[in-house]
Amino acid sequence: MLRIEKLSKRFDSKVVLDNVSLEAADGDNLVIFGRSGTGKSVLLKCIVRLLETDSGKIFIQDYDVLSLEIKELNNLRKQIGFLFQSAALFDSMSVRHNLEFPLVRNFNFTPKEREEKIVSVLEKVSLLDAIDKMPSELSGGMRKRVGLARAIITEPKLMLYDEPTTGLDPITSKEISMLILELQKSLKMTSVVVTHDLLCAEIIADRAIMLNEGKIIFEGSLEEMTSSNDEFLIKFFKHEVINKSEISNA
Amino acid sequence: MIKDIDLYFLSEPIFNKFQLKVYKFLKKIMAKRNLSYSYQLSLEKRLNEFFIMLAGLWTFSIQFFKYVFVPPYEVYEIRKHMNELGIRTFPIVSVTGFIIGLVVAMQTQPVLARFGAESNLPGAVGISIVRELGPVITALIFAGRVSSGIGAELGSMRVTEQIDAMEVGAINPFKFLVVTRIFACTFILPVLTVYVIFISLFGAYIAVLLVQNMTFEFYLGSVLRSVEFGDAIPGILKTFVFGFIVGVVGSYKGYTTTNGTEGVGKASTTAVVVSSLLILIFDMILVKITLWLWPSV
Repeated sequence: MLRIEKLSKRFDSKVVLDNVSLEAADGDNLVIFGRSGTGKSVLLKCIVRLLETDSGKIFIQDYDVLSLEIKELNNLRKQIGFLFQSAALFDSMSVRHNLEFPLVRNFNFTPKEREEKIVSVLEKVSLLDAIDKMPSELSGGMRKRVGLARAIITEPKLMLYDEPTTGLDPITSKEISMLILELQKSLKMTSVVVTHDLLCAEIIADRAIMLNEGKIIFEGSLEEMTSSNDEFLIKFFKHEVINKSEISNA
Repeated sequence: MIKDIDLYFLSEPIFNKFQLKVYKFLKKIMAKRNLSYSYQLSLEKRLNEFFIMLAGLWTFSIQFFKYVFVPPYEVYEIRKHMNELGIRTFPIVSVTGFIIGLVVAMQTQPVLARFGAESNLPGAVGISIVRELGPVITALIFAGRVSSGIGAELGSMRVTEQIDAMEVGAINPFKFLVVTRIFACTFILPVLTVYVIFISLFGAYIAVLLVQNMTFEFYLGSVLRSVEFGDAIPGILKTFVFGFIVGVVGSYKGYTTTNGTEGVGKASTTAVVVSSLLILIFDMILVKITLWLWPSV
């Protein structure tokens, strides 16, 4: 479904992605870990060509994404869902219109079919009550759910999640992660999830990748990653017991 | 999009040549004045920003004409923006228009009285309002109210990734967000200008009434006898250009916002400054063109 070959991206002199190669097969759930600022979100944005790359190749369903004309790219984008870190709901539209927006413009559904689809996805994310609310009336978790509903309403084959649980409490975070897994199973999507939430990864991940300073430093199952003896991985996953004297000295 | 603008800018030979000439000229001045290296760098950076903005505004204008005739026409969005922009500006242009008419008449009356030409007051005030004051004042108020609004609106959409979300959803955000706003601005400003002209003339009548006992019918008759059709047309026509400027500048500043909420504030304020300045520059050019094309006007 998704194949990235030797992808590099820099902003001025700062190298953000350095020869990154990865692959996600059909139905795969790939989780990408990494510290803040290591290029995880940049990688996702490069996949959908929101950012131009410096070198490398990206293939989605064997289409060479970087060489597509804008019309072909948009046709491919219709098969991709993207959940942004901030959910990126359109402020000026109600939940209903947010969900209706891609359907009206990209597909030839009748108003009745559109309404059915909207109701169906909102039921999936348990937010049917919020159908006529504005984004400003929703909590952080609700916004994420609506963002997720908007992303899956077109039934994409590839779903990209940019830190889906960031800024949420542990309970909501778990609910969202479970929801992502359920949706992935019911819609048979391939998912690429960027996160640093271990709980979320434990629920979702089939495979995991660790990105550090623009390079992939580990690829394998989540168990292998968390039990690795690599110094960086140990530091990343193992919560060190902090000495009380350390806190008082800080 | 930001990248496209840079590329467009580089591919425009006219900008390149002009930019190089300005750089050379500035370097000569800097060498003569012995300016510090850091000052030279900051000057170059600002100059670069200026050229990027020029190229960006140019690109936005070209892209507007490229997309405005391509379906879907987003009629609902255009109507919505026209309603919002009209309503947003209506109270302030009403008050300002009335006061401007009143003040101009009050200021003109003693000058005309000095030459014994007081009876020409309605005509003199009418001509200045219809030809210049009405269109320019409305455009400047419109720029202050609308350009900053568009800049802030699109800027916050940019920093909260809403524009990216549209792009990923295979929807052209430029067409949906920018083209509709520029179109609405271009066609709502002339309507507001006509309204402001009438309100200003009414304000002027109140001022006339304070010093002369004149009926409204007589006042209006005097104005209409003095103001010819040829006075009104160029004045109204140029407001289409002013509206276009407000739309393009506000959209460009908002659409290309960077640096989070700080950037949104900056986009909003610079949109007002740039659009007001461009309105005045284009007014100067359009007045000159009008006088050149129709010397009798």
